[in-house]
Amino acid sequence: MIRFTHVDKHYSKGAALKDVSLHIAKGEFVFLTGHSGAGKSTMLKMMFAELMPTSGDVRVSGFNVNEIRPREIAKLRRRLGIVFQDFRLLEDRTAEENVAFALEVTGAHRDVIPSKVMRVLTQVGLAAKSHAYPTELSGGEQQRVAIARALVNDPAILLADEPTGNLDERATRGVFQLIREINAGGTCVVMATHDLDLVKQATYRTVEMRDGMVVFDSGTDESTTEEEL
Amino acid sequence: MRLVLREALNVFRRAPALSILSITTIAFSLYVVGLFGLVALNLREALRGVEQRVEVVAYLLRGTPPESIAQASEDIAAFPEVQRVTFVSEDEALTRARAELVEFRDAYRDLTVNPLPASLEIQLKDGSRDAVHAQLVAERLRGIGFIDDVRYGREWVEKLDRLRNIGGLVGMSIGLAFAAVAVVIIGVTIRITVLQRAREIAIMRLVGATRGFIRGPFLLEGALKGLLGGILAVIMCYVSYLLFRNQSELATSGIVFFKTPQMLLGILFGIAIGLGGSLVSVGRQLKNV
Repeated sequence: MIRFTHVDKHYSKGAALKDVSLHIAKGEFVFLTGHSGAGKSTMLKMMFAELMPTSGDVRVSGFNVNEIRPREIAKLRRRLGIVFQDFRLLEDRTAEENVAFALEVTGAHRDVIPSKVMRVLTQVGLAAKSHAYPTELSGGEQQRVAIARALVNDPAILLADEPTGNLDERATRGVFQLIREINAGGTCVVMATHDLDLVKQATYRTVEMRDGMVVFDSGTDESTTEEEL
Repeated sequence: MRLVLREALNVFRRAPALSILSITTIAFSLYVVGLFGLVALNLREALRGVEQRVEVVAYLLRGTPPESIAQASEDIAAFPEVQRVTFVSEDEALTRARAELVEFRDAYRDLTVNPLPASLEIQLKDGSRDAVHAQLVAERLRGIGFIDDVRYGREWVEKLDRLRNIGGLVGMSIGLAFAAVAVVIIGVTIRITVLQRAREIAIMRLVGATRGFIRGPFLLEGALKGLLGGILAVIMCYVSYLLFRNQSELATSGIVFFKTPQMLLGILFGIAIGLGGSLVSVGRQLKNV
């Protein structure tokens, strides 16, 4: 599903990733942990082709990120759901409109949009607040809208960059539970977090980053074949 | 397409002040172009009146048989540049001179012998009333045996040519300069819109919108602003024209306004510069969003 092979990423100020090799299988849940600047976000950005590796090979859901063309980036992202710490919702649109936006911009047929939107809003427990604007929702609810938007195109992979970073403890538990349920439904989840309490709550694979390197990986199964990519 | 149109129209709803500002700046830029256009149009109309008088006169040798003159008239009328050939007899020339040249009336009155030669007055076709064509016709006329002399007021025909060329060139240069300013203004307003909507664009890209889809509303926005600016400019030009025409001393001067195709061309020009500005700005901005 996702494979990094000897990936390096250099900026003028230094290296962000150093010789990272990693394989994430279909349906897996992986925590990316580490301090700020450890390279978690850089890895996630490479997964959705926002950043290109300086050297090495990155493959995601059948796409070779090193050689991806601008037109293919859109195709890749339609197979992914992406969630951020700051929600990235449009303030002038309701929860429903924010979710529908992801379908509209990918050219979904108008007739199917309302039912799909309602399905995912129900899934994240916000059907009753579909007409609320982001400013009328709590942080946890806003993140649920963002997750609903990420899910509405039925992605194979959900990438979450510190999705609970701005939430209180109760909201964090709720959002994390929701992400676990999404994974239980078969969606591969890669979640970057520095919240170790959250990591300890479950027995998912954990990849720890430090100074751009993978220093610990609890997943040891390297037997995955190329066909799975 | 519905979404592209909706997004483009949303810009006007979300940022009305910026939209009005950009439309009025486009309108004023096009208005200045339009005013120069109106001046050029009226100058051309005025020159056309003067041009009507550009003609070649061939003076005939005395004693030329009327049949030869009639035959030559027919031949000359068949020249591609020639519109009409008029024969002016010696007597007609004298009558005209007596009527037109008042200062010499006394001198002409006492004449016993008519000193004026007969002539052929050759009017040129529209599009051939310039120095080059007049000279071409004159040279061919000189080849006819019984034609004594050919005059076409070479100097002032050439001056007229130069005046028209300079007028056209100045109008076009100023017009292009203002069009360039309009393109820059539209580019800047689109750039502001792009920056205003950076968050939205980033989200569009994250959820897998294609570049074409993201650019669509901005291009349409530029085209719409150009369209509205163009229409406003035509209205402003018309109001200026009416104000000018209604001045009593100018009432009889017969100034003209653009015809429908010219107005449509102006509006199309507005759309084109709107699109041009958007293309440049969107192309540069979206790389970094």
